Amino acid sequence: MDTVFFVGLLSLALIKATPLALGAMCGLLCERSGVINIGIEGMMLVGAMTSFLGSVIFNDITGGTLPKTVSLLVGLLVAMLSAGFIALLHAWLSIQYKVDQIISGTVINLLAVGITNFTANAYIDPNHLSGVGVFTEVEIPILSQIPIIGPILFQHQPLVYVMLILVGFLQYALFNTRWGLRTRAVGEHPRAADTVGINVNRTRYINVTLGGVLAGIGGAFLVLESVGRFQKLMTTGRGFIALAALIFGKWTSVGALLSGLLFGFSEALGVRLQLGDVNELQALILLGGIGVAVLGAVWVILKARRRQEDKRSMPLVVGTLVVGLAMVATALLATFPEVEIPIQFLGLLPYILTILVLTGFVGRAIPPAAIGRPYEKQ
Amino acid sequence: MSEDSEAIQQPRNLAAVIVGRISIPLLAIFTALLVASLAMLASGTNPIKAYLALGEGAFGTQKAVIETLIKATPFILGGLGIALAFRGGLFNIGVEGQLFVGSAFAVIIGYSIELPAFIHLPLALLGGMFGGAIWAAIPGYFKARSGAHEVITTIMLNFIALRVINWAIGVNGPMRAPRTVVPETPAVFESARLPILIPDTRLHAGVIIAVFAALVVYWFLWRTVAGFELRTVGANPSAARYAGINVEFNIVRTMALSGALAGLGGGIQVLGLAPYNFTTGFNVGLGFDSIAVAVLGGIHPFGVTMSALLFGAMDSGARLMQLRTKVPIDIITIVQGLILTFVAANQIIRSIYRIRARGEEDQISLGRLWGGGS
Amino acid sequence: MKSSDQDPLESLALQVSGISKRFPGVLANDKVDFSLARGEIHALLGENGAGKTTLMNVVYGLYKPDEGEIFINGNQVEIRDPNDALAQGIGMVHQHFMLVPVMTVAENLMLGHEVTRGLKLGLLSRVDRQKVSEEIEALVELYGMEVNPEAYVHELSVGEQQRVEIIKALYRGADVLILDEPTAVLTPQETEDFFEVMRSLVKQGKSIIFITHKLKEVLAIADRITVLRDGAVVGMTKPAETSEKELAAMMVGREVLLRVEKKPAQPGEDVLKVQNLHVLDRRDQPAVRGVSFIVREGEILGIAGVQGNGQAELVEALTGLTKVIEGSIHLKDSDVTHARPRAFTETGAAHVPEDRHKHGLVLSYAVDENLILQTYYLAPFASGLNINPRAVDENARRLISEYDVRTPSIKTLVGSLSGGNQQKVIVARELSRDAPLLIANQPTRGLDVGSIEYIHRRIIEKRDEGVAVLLVSSELDEILSLSDRIAVIYSGEILAIIPVEEATKERLGLLMAGVRETQESSQAAATPME
Repeated sequence: MDTVFFVGLLSLALIKATPLALGAMCGLLCERSGVINIGIEGMMLVGAMTSFLGSVIFNDITGGTLPKTVSLLVGLLVAMLSAGFIALLHAWLSIQYKVDQIISGTVINLLAVGITNFTANAYIDPNHLSGVGVFTEVEIPILSQIPIIGPILFQHQPLVYVMLILVGFLQYALFNTRWGLRTRAVGEHPRAADTVGINVNRTRYINVTLGGVLAGIGGAFLVLESVGRFQKLMTTGRGFIALAALIFGKWTSVGALLSGLLFGFSEALGVRLQLGDVNELQALILLGGIGVAVLGAVWVILKARRRQEDKRSMPLVVGTLVVGLAMVATALLATFPEVEIPIQFLGLLPYILTILVLTGFVGRAIPPAAIGRPYEKQ
Repeated sequence: MSEDSEAIQQPRNLAAVIVGRISIPLLAIFTALLVASLAMLASGTNPIKAYLALGEGAFGTQKAVIETLIKATPFILGGLGIALAFRGGLFNIGVEGQLFVGSAFAVIIGYSIELPAFIHLPLALLGGMFGGAIWAAIPGYFKARSGAHEVITTIMLNFIALRVINWAIGVNGPMRAPRTVVPETPAVFESARLPILIPDTRLHAGVIIAVFAALVVYWFLWRTVAGFELRTVGANPSAARYAGINVEFNIVRTMALSGALAGLGGGIQVLGLAPYNFTTGFNVGLGFDSIAVAVLGGIHPFGVTMSALLFGAMDSGARLMQLRTKVPIDIITIVQGLILTFVAANQIIRSIYRIRARGEEDQISLGRLWGGGS
Repeated sequence: MKSSDQDPLESLALQVSGISKRFPGVLANDKVDFSLARGEIHALLGENGAGKTTLMNVVYGLYKPDEGEIFINGNQVEIRDPNDALAQGIGMVHQHFMLVPVMTVAENLMLGHEVTRGLKLGLLSRVDRQKVSEEIEALVELYGMEVNPEAYVHELSVGEQQRVEIIKALYRGADVLILDEPTAVLTPQETEDFFEVMRSLVKQGKSIIFITHKLKEVLAIADRITVLRDGAVVGMTKPAETSEKELAAMMVGREVLLRVEKKPAQPGEDVLKVQNLHVLDRRDQPAVRGVSFIVREGEILGIAGVQGNGQAELVEALTGLTKVIEGSIHLKDSDVTHARPRAFTETGAAHVPEDRHKHGLVLSYAVDENLILQTYYLAPFASGLNINPRAVDENARRLISEYDVRTPSIKTLVGSLSGGNQQKVIVARELSRDAPLLIANQPTRGLDVGSIEYIHRRIIEKRDEGVAVLLVSSELDEILSLSDRIAVIYSGEILAIIPVEEATKERLGLLMAGVRETQESSQAAATPME
């Protein structure tokens, strides 16, 4: 496989992974503090629509006197606020009223579909609103000139960088800051947190709302960096894949990004396979290799954190990572015979992998201990 | 003492019945309509006019009533499936996918072989139930084996079902009807179609099957040995295990039965309604609406039937409402979401209308099962 | 008995007066007065449910009192949450540890009061594990308690976790320590060590409130003793001025019968035969290690031991709830080693489980359905696929009158009955099945005296009818008054099986602490009786 092609594929995978990772960050904030969120999809959908409306309306009001980027930034801001607001509803229902968190998430999804479709049919379509456009690509000076790494990581539109920074920051913050310590305590043993004076419900409110803000960025990405306008139901299940990425990444943000990349990669590969310029066997081995490598990498992260559930020995864990990388290398270097493989099901990968890690067939995933239970002071 | 008071608060589980609790659901519906009317006012519509059109569209003519019944049928079965699983301590959010697989199975049996009607129709319906049951038993098995939470696994299986079926009816797919430009399967043979109850209308026998299913579910839950086991596992799995009940088997059985109800609903949709085949975008969202139906119906078979009728009425009346007042049909989804909100968070309704809480808790809580192995 | 005000206490570290706390249906604290002098160990004694923990949760700011005042060092204070309590120098070690298992000791200690370094960014400041670890080392040095600040809590033993809890309170600058049933999870020997820690804390100027229901411990360690019953203070005294018997009478409100009246046992044939049994616990660690014993018709074998020495796993194995990895179980003449729970029930085992809320009952079911929990699938309750409501009804009516279950109706939810009546529902269900073996695990824990006596009587009656009874209890008094023979379990092994006539509390105490008897010492211990 030639390098340019592979680099293009990885760069595309990163783009595809961006909304997934942002959605997964939303899930991370919620679930680490003990609130299940199956409403990520709805929050992203609302974010997508409001980012569109925000940018278009702002552009109209200013009559196009300001640069396009300003309108887009306003759209982003509106998306963050409105998705945060929807998330606040989730928090309010599940914390204040102790509504079952899965039902509350379902409410969010139903309302999001209703509200966005309603708005699209009542306002966007009749007024023939067209978008302001998309953020332009920003090449990071110097870094983007590094061979291979540069084009993959440093020649993107801004929200991709935002996502990468957020992932790194959250990984650091969750384990090394006051906020992170408290969030994890609230998600693992809320009563213990309460007895040392941490306000459990307030912590959950803040986390869920901030989570919504991140999902809003994820939704806005679809409009402001991808399609350029709002389409009904345009999230097409990405919120659920984000949830899958969170689980496959075992509730760590770097893990979730890596899983998001795996899912993004399979999506990117699917695009290329339709174009017919990839050898199917090669694609399969490549994807399998990346999958194994991600699994190993997540284990390494957990190992470094000494999380309770991972009792595997370091050689096995590192071994998995090495095997995965070796498979990737093989896929890149070797030439493959043409084989007919039914490869239409590549898109099923995220779903199947998630089921496998949940069932413990592959690297058992254990959620935060207090997840799903409203906190009661007795 | 504190030990005991804790214990009394504990049973916030599914089995806490909401029978006879009509006032909260009704007020929830009323409040949801009220809130939605704000959205209408915002878009410049008179909500009273809109709701009158909605009512007329749902019940104004014989045709309207028939459409309401037709639309209610899958809601009844989907709602029953979710309610049954709730009673067994499981959140079957995969009704959507099971309904899909059920209709796929029914449609395959319907178009691939030709048989006498008295065999063919039951066989196709059973096929639908079987398909739904299998698709639900898989996550049931995972749950029983390793505690993998059914909410996530069924969501994943929803997507898998959707993708596989879309492929199967897509270009060159094995279920694709010959010589069509749209992705759809061939129509089922006449012998596999549900009989029409009133000539020259769309009213098919599916609605009778659905109501009958509600009766069966009621009998099953409260009058049979297996129902006792299902409810015990749902209410307290540890006590069920102590009582010698095979909890793992029950989890799989509960999921399978729940999926069978959903699959039956899916089967009825393809065997009862023209053009008697399966296309993309078929019944999307039905499974999720069924959650609202089940919760509004107090996860009781009779309540589910009533709330399914309401949801059917809203769906069938929405078209006339849109025609008359230009309010997009999607307002109905908002209303349904709001109804679910107010029923689930019934303290909101209680505090608005100053209704005092009853002694026992009736909140539905499934999160406690989240990811926990046992 | 009211003599507190006459004591010449120079300064009170803590004083509460007139504290009342109501829960739905229960008055948990009724105008309680209590004071703690500086440098004092003050025991708060009472039965389960007497309101001890509620009172301390009020002091610690977890509950808001309905009335009453709290004074610290003579100043009235309002304690709204644990932060206020900590600010006032009050620390509490809860019965259930308040430690986050997936975090390190250092992280747990600083939680809520994080030490940070680098930029001051509020919640986003970087925590300083290094500094906290050093501070912990200093405390460890001062009080002579060993703890590794870098260890993850889930890797520590129960005793170590308890030490972490105490250090946590000290680390937060607690001068007043509230210890809630700290010895419940310790062996007698560990308890001795723990008392040493308490004494050294007092020497360093700390004041301790010691919550317990164990009379011996109170007499051994406390400076003063306040007894609570039904939420109210019934008296305050000192160890030198009282006795075990007097304290017990204060706790329960009347003289306790230390021995239940019973005829000598008439043991018959073997019913339960356990040989070389090995069972793992939930973490796959050996919990029962090579246990063998026999229970015969018409006798009660009591299993004594500190909680957590394999009793739970033993009973689970004997009821089919957990896997046996080695050894065998014979019930009557059947090998039931690897049988499922239902096979045990059908072969003839009745089981009063340890945790009535978790295993014994479905709290959201009515009384009638709970009474058929084991037999719902048998005639007359089941006929074919169906459940026969009339038979369920009749059964419930018969049993609630026969076993004196106080319930408004058979359709009342079991969750709304009192603990004693809930336990009677279980006892009624299990004893009415006429099984040849009865396994009773902590059958009277947390019950009122009346219910305890009732259940004890029913168990003795069963024995006299010829049922083989296996009684598991961590209450030595219960073991001594009911059993015919006593097996002491320690760390998953049975150290000795002795006839009740040869058992003394001292001898059992040593065995429970894991001290094996040599031939000599066992004889020496056996000879002098009371």
